Amino acid sequence: MGTIIKDYSYTPAKIKRGYSGKSLYINLSDLRIEQKEITEFMKEKFTGGKGFDLWYLWHAVTPETRWDSPENEIVMSVGPLGGITQYAGTGKTLLCSISPLTDIPIDSNVGGYFGPLLKFSGWDAFELQGKSEKEILIFIDGNNGRIQIEEAEEYPEDTHLLAEELTKKYAENEDDMVNVSVVCSGSGAKHSYLGMLNFSFYDPRRKVCRFKQAARGGLGTILHDKKVKALVVKYRGVKPNLNDAADISTINKVGVKYHKEVHDLDHKQNKMRQIGTANTVMIMSQYDLLPTRNFQTGGDPEAVKISPEVFINEWLTQGLHDGCWYGCTMSCAKCADHFLITTGPYAGQRVTVDGPEYECAAGLGANLGVFDPQAILEENFYCDTYGIDLISFATCTAFIMECYQRGQITREQMGGLDLRFGNSQAVLELMHQISRGEGFGRIAGLGIRKLKKIFVEEFGADPKLLQDIGMEVKGLEYSEYAHKESLAQQGGFAMATKGPQHDEAWLIFMDMVNKQIPTFEDKANALYYFPMFRTWFGLVGLCKLPWNDLVPADNYKTDSPAKVPEHVQNYVDLFNAVTGKHIDNEELILQSERVYQFQRVFSVRMGKGERKDDYPPYRSLGPVSREEYLSRQELYDKQLRELQKLDPETMDLDEKIAATRRYREDQYEQLMDAVYRRRGWTENGIPTPERLKAIGMDLPELLEVIEPKL
Amino acid sequence: MKVLTHKQELCTGCLDCELACSRAYFKTDDPNYSAIRIVENNRTYRARKCTQCGECINMCTANAIYRDRNGVVRIDKKKCVGCLGCVGFCTELVMFYADDLEVPFKCIACDICSKACPEGALEILVSRVKEN
Repeated sequence: MGTIIKDYSYTPAKIKRGYSGKSLYINLSDLRIEQKEITEFMKEKFTGGKGFDLWYLWHAVTPETRWDSPENEIVMSVGPLGGITQYAGTGKTLLCSISPLTDIPIDSNVGGYFGPLLKFSGWDAFELQGKSEKEILIFIDGNNGRIQIEEAEEYPEDTHLLAEELTKKYAENEDDMVNVSVVCSGSGAKHSYLGMLNFSFYDPRRKVCRFKQAARGGLGTILHDKKVKALVVKYRGVKPNLNDAADISTINKVGVKYHKEVHDLDHKQNKMRQIGTANTVMIMSQYDLLPTRNFQTGGDPEAVKISPEVFINEWLTQGLHDGCWYGCTMSCAKCADHFLITTGPYAGQRVTVDGPEYECAAGLGANLGVFDPQAILEENFYCDTYGIDLISFATCTAFIMECYQRGQITREQMGGLDLRFGNSQAVLELMHQISRGEGFGRIAGLGIRKLKKIFVEEFGADPKLLQDIGMEVKGLEYSEYAHKESLAQQGGFAMATKGPQHDEAWLIFMDMVNKQIPTFEDKANALYYFPMFRTWFGLVGLCKLPWNDLVPADNYKTDSPAKVPEHVQNYVDLFNAVTGKHIDNEELILQSERVYQFQRVFSVRMGKGERKDDYPPYRSLGPVSREEYLSRQELYDKQLRELQKLDPETMDLDEKIAATRRYREDQYEQLMDAVYRRRGWTENGIPTPERLKAIGMDLPELLEVIEPKL
Repeated sequence: MKVLTHKQELCTGCLDCELACSRAYFKTDDPNYSAIRIVENNRTYRARKCTQCGECINMCTANAIYRDRNGVVRIDKKKCVGCLGCVGFCTELVMFYADDLEVPFKCIACDICSKACPEGALEILVSRVKEN
C-alpha cells in the first residue's frame, strides 16, 4: 500500500438530463483538486465529450506548449448520452491532449467502464494538469464522494497485472469488481511516443480484467510523463436512468428495436458478435484494401491464414457477452482466452487477449507481412499490456521494415534485429526492447516523422524515398487501410484534423466500389458530411460501430444507404430523449461542426492546420516503386489510357510511374480545393470568419488565431 | 426443470391468468405487467410465456440472468442494469419490460396463473432435464 498524500471529499453532483454540470480538475504539481461548473455556454457550443475536452485544453495551453509541458492536460469526458444502458455502444470516453507525435490536439475514443462510472460519480469531465514528483495513482470513489491520491511506486507497470491488482484492491468482493475501472498504460509508454491508455472493465464470467484502448497519439506517454501510474474509479449502482433522461420511454423503445435488429441481422451481416471488427480482413484483401508490407499492396494470397473463420474457429471464445459497456448487444470486444504466451517476460503464462480488432489483424498482421494468427495475438497482447498503440506501432514498424528491405537502414543499425517482413519474432523482440528501453527499441517508438529524420541524418537514408513511404501525416501514423484507388479516402485521411485516422471518414466503398461520389464536389460533400456526423459520436459518448456495422434490413431502399438514415434518427431521438432538447438531423451536424471547426482552429493555433499540413505521402496516393506499379500494371496502364489519353505501350516503366504520379497529385490538389470550399475554409485551409459566424463560433479567441492567416 | 405449459384447446381467452400475474407481482390489473400474454388468433388462444430455454443467460450484458436450482431462468435484480438486451434478443418475445420498472420481467413458472385458470389450461410441468 502506498502512502495517501491527498484526501479530498466532495458531494457527487446529481445528473440532470445527461449532465452532472461539474468537472473535476486535478493539478499534479501541487496536488490541487478543484470543481468547475459546466456552463450553459459549454453545453450549447460544445455539447460534451470531445467538445468539453478541447475547450478545457484550449484554455490550459499556449501555442508554445508541447506534450511534456507541465501545463499540457489530459482531458476526458463521456458526453450527455454516455452511460445509458439501453442502446448499444453508449460507454465511450473521449480524451484530448497535445500529442508527442503531432504537437497538436489529439483526440482518442475508448470503451470500458471508466467514463460512465466517472460521470455517475458526478463528473462530466476530468482535467489532469501538471506533473507529479513521485509516481502516484488517483482513486475516485463515486459513492462516497472521495478522491485519494496515493503513492504508487510499488505497483507493477504492465496493464494486465496492474489493473487486476487495483481492481481487487478497491473492490469489496467478487461481485463488486464490475464497479471498479482502471485507466493505465504500461512499460512501453516510458520509452516511446506511442504510449496508449487502457480502460478496464471487469468480466465476471471470465473473472479477468478486460481492456479497451484510447490508443492514438501518445496519451499513455503523456500520462507516464505526468508520473500517473493509474486512475481508478469506483461506482456501485448502475441503473437504467442515472442520466435522468427526459423521456425514458423513447430510450427503451429505440433500444429494444436496436437489440432486436442485432439479434435478427448480425449473423447475416458483419458477424460482429462472433469476430468483432476483424470480420473485414478477407473483404479488405479482396478489394485491395488490406495494407500489406507497409501499404505497398492491398492484399495477399496468404491473408486467408488470418481470415475471420480462422479466428472464430480456432482462437476466439464464442457465445459469451463481449460488450465494453452495459447494453452493448453488438458485443464486438472479442477475446482469446487461455492464450499461451511464448516470448518476453510473460512467456509460459496463459492470458486473456482482448482482440484482435481489424486494425490489429491488418496492422500487426498483413502490414508487417505476418500471416500467423498466433503471432498476431501475441503481438496484440504485448502491445496492450505494454501500453503501446498498436496502430502506430504497426505502421511505424512496417516503415522500418521497408527501409530495411530497400537497403536504407542496415541490420547493424537496428541493433542486430532482423526486421524483415514476416519475421514476427523480430517484431516481438522490438516490442520487448521498447518495453525495456533498450537497443533499437529506444528510437523505434518515436514515430515515423522522427524516424525519417534519424534515418536520413544518422544513417544516410534517401529523404525523398522515406518521405514517399513513411505513412504519416502531421506526425501521426495512418490507420490500417490501403486506399490508393479511393481519392476521397486519401482526403479523408490526410485532411483529418488530428492526423490520418479513419474515424473522420471511411469512404472507400462509397467512392471506389460503389462509385457513388464520382465528382470532386460529391467527394467534398462526403468529406463534409461524414467527418461532421462522425464527430458527433465523440461529443455525446457513443460508439460509431452500432451506427453502420449493422444496418436495418431495408436500409438499401433508403435515399442514402451510406448514412443509415434510420440509425441517424435513432441518435436524434436518443439525444432528445436524454437531454429534453429538440434537435433534428441538421442541428446534429451543426453541433458537430462547431467542435470540428474549433479543433481545426486549435490546430492552426498550435502550428499545424494549414494546407501544407494536409498532404499525404505519395504511398497513400499511388505506386511509389516499380514493384507496386507492376503489381497492378493492368489497372494503372488502363488509367493512363483512359484518364490521361497516354499510350502506355510507348512508355517505359519509370515514365508510367511518373505520369501516374503527376496525375494523382494533381487530382489530390483539386480535391483539397473542393473540400476546403465545402468546409468553409480558405485555399490555405483556414476556417473563414464568415463560416465561424454562420455556425455561431465566431468567438474572439478563435478570430484572433485565424485573422493573421487570412 | 419447471416450465409453464398451456393447453390451447382448453383456453377460452378469459385472461384471468394475465390478471393473476400482474396483480401478484405488480399489484395492477394492467395486462402490460403480466409475464403471460394470451394472444387471440381466429378464436384460438396462444399463450406467450417463457419456455425457460435460457438463451438470454450468456447474452446478458450484466451477467444478471441465471438458471436457478429448479431450472427456472431468473433475473438477478441487483445485477440487472435494465439494458433490455434480453428483451430484444428473446426469440419467443416473452421477456417483458415497462417504462416505470428498472428491470425486465419474465415468467418464473410460479404457478399463480395456473391456479387462477378456471379451465385448467395452464400447468407447471416439471421435468428432469436440465439445460445450460
